[in-house]
Amino acid sequence: MIDFLASSGRRYLDALASLGRASVFLIQLIGALPSLLTRFSLVIKQLFSSGVMTLSIILVSGLFVGMVLSLQGYNTLVGFGAEESLGIFVAKVLVRELGPVVAGLLFAGRAGSAMTAEIGLMKATEQLSGLEMMAVDPFKRVFAPRFLAGFFALPALAAMFSAIGVLGGHLVGVELLGVDAGAYWSQMHASVDFREDVLGGLIKAVVFGFVVCWIAIFQGADCVPTSEGVSSATTRTVVYSSLLVLGLDFLLTAIMFTV
Amino acid sequence: MNSRTTEVLVGLFMLLFLAAMTILALKVSNLTSLSGAAGYQVHANFDNVGGLRVRAPVSAGGVKVGQVSQIVYDSDTFEAKVTLTIDEEFNLFPTDTSASIYTAGLLGEQYIGLEPGADDEVLEQDSEIDLTQSALVLERLIGQVLLNK
Repeated sequence: MIDFLASSGRRYLDALASLGRASVFLIQLIGALPSLLTRFSLVIKQLFSSGVMTLSIILVSGLFVGMVLSLQGYNTLVGFGAEESLGIFVAKVLVRELGPVVAGLLFAGRAGSAMTAEIGLMKATEQLSGLEMMAVDPFKRVFAPRFLAGFFALPALAAMFSAIGVLGGHLVGVELLGVDAGAYWSQMHASVDFREDVLGGLIKAVVFGFVVCWIAIFQGADCVPTSEGVSSATTRTVVYSSLLVLGLDFLLTAIMFTV
Repeated sequence: MNSRTTEVLVGLFMLLFLAAMTILALKVSNLTSLSGAAGYQVHANFDNVGGLRVRAPVSAGGVKVGQVSQIVYDSDTFEAKVTLTIDEEFNLFPTDTSASIYTAGLLGEQYIGLEPGADDEVLEQDSEIDLTQSALVLERLIGQVLLNK
């Protein structure tokens, strides 16, 4: 009984301690951001590995999500004779919710896990200590460029996801199911608001990008420097960031989109 | 992969981002009509605004001339006070213009229709529309039909 209490208490304290380390880590990370102004090429390199490399999965899934939305929406709306409103449905769902959330989840799986594994391996092979030995701050050289790049890449990916999803919806709704193209685009145009819907979605994506990159980089830097530790840190990155993306999405929706 | 290729691909990524934002801004949402939001406000009191919402269109002769920018309850007059923002270019509405709340289609969205009067003076910033007609509330209409039987 005592053992059980002690172990659960220890686990609780461990969790609290890692939250504390993560917060300190975040402050150091943000403190290192200004140094990137002089070395922007580092950010470009990271933008390539987190943004460009995620592009294909984002575009393909965006297209298919748009097509599925259009198909499902059509089947429901046609029962009310309201299939002309298909454009509004597809665009609002994509721009407000699915664009940022699915892009965030895919980003966590594709780029976040890679970030954790890379940094974890750097730690395991003592490259990070090596940098410190050479008086190079790993925060400025390794962590901050990844943070900034991911932070910027996710909103861009979410916007592309939504845009290609709307085109996919057009493909299925208009070309395949025969909804009038004019109605699809003009109804969408009339009821999707740029500030409320599109910018609201982008704000979500910015928040998700921040959270996913923070978790991914922290898990990499905080992992146990063994092959097992790196693998469990990678798993934790994907699990924690997916959970946080979904939880934060509810919170942000409640704050931004309730009338 | 050398750094030149990386840079080119990142440039392409940025270009795609710009293209996506352009589609979202111009095709999917109504940024263009938002930029023309400069206009003047006039107020109108209604007994009942029904399902009228902020950002609902204001039209005259079926053409959109502005939008509803605010709906508040006025506790002095016990009426709903609706603020309409009318585009700058339509600044020649006579002061005896009447405003009515209509429904687009049978169950569609509600909008405000303006019918110009014949007065010489025109509506300006913060002027008041006196002639108003409330929304047609379906339940009330059905109630009246049943009672008059």
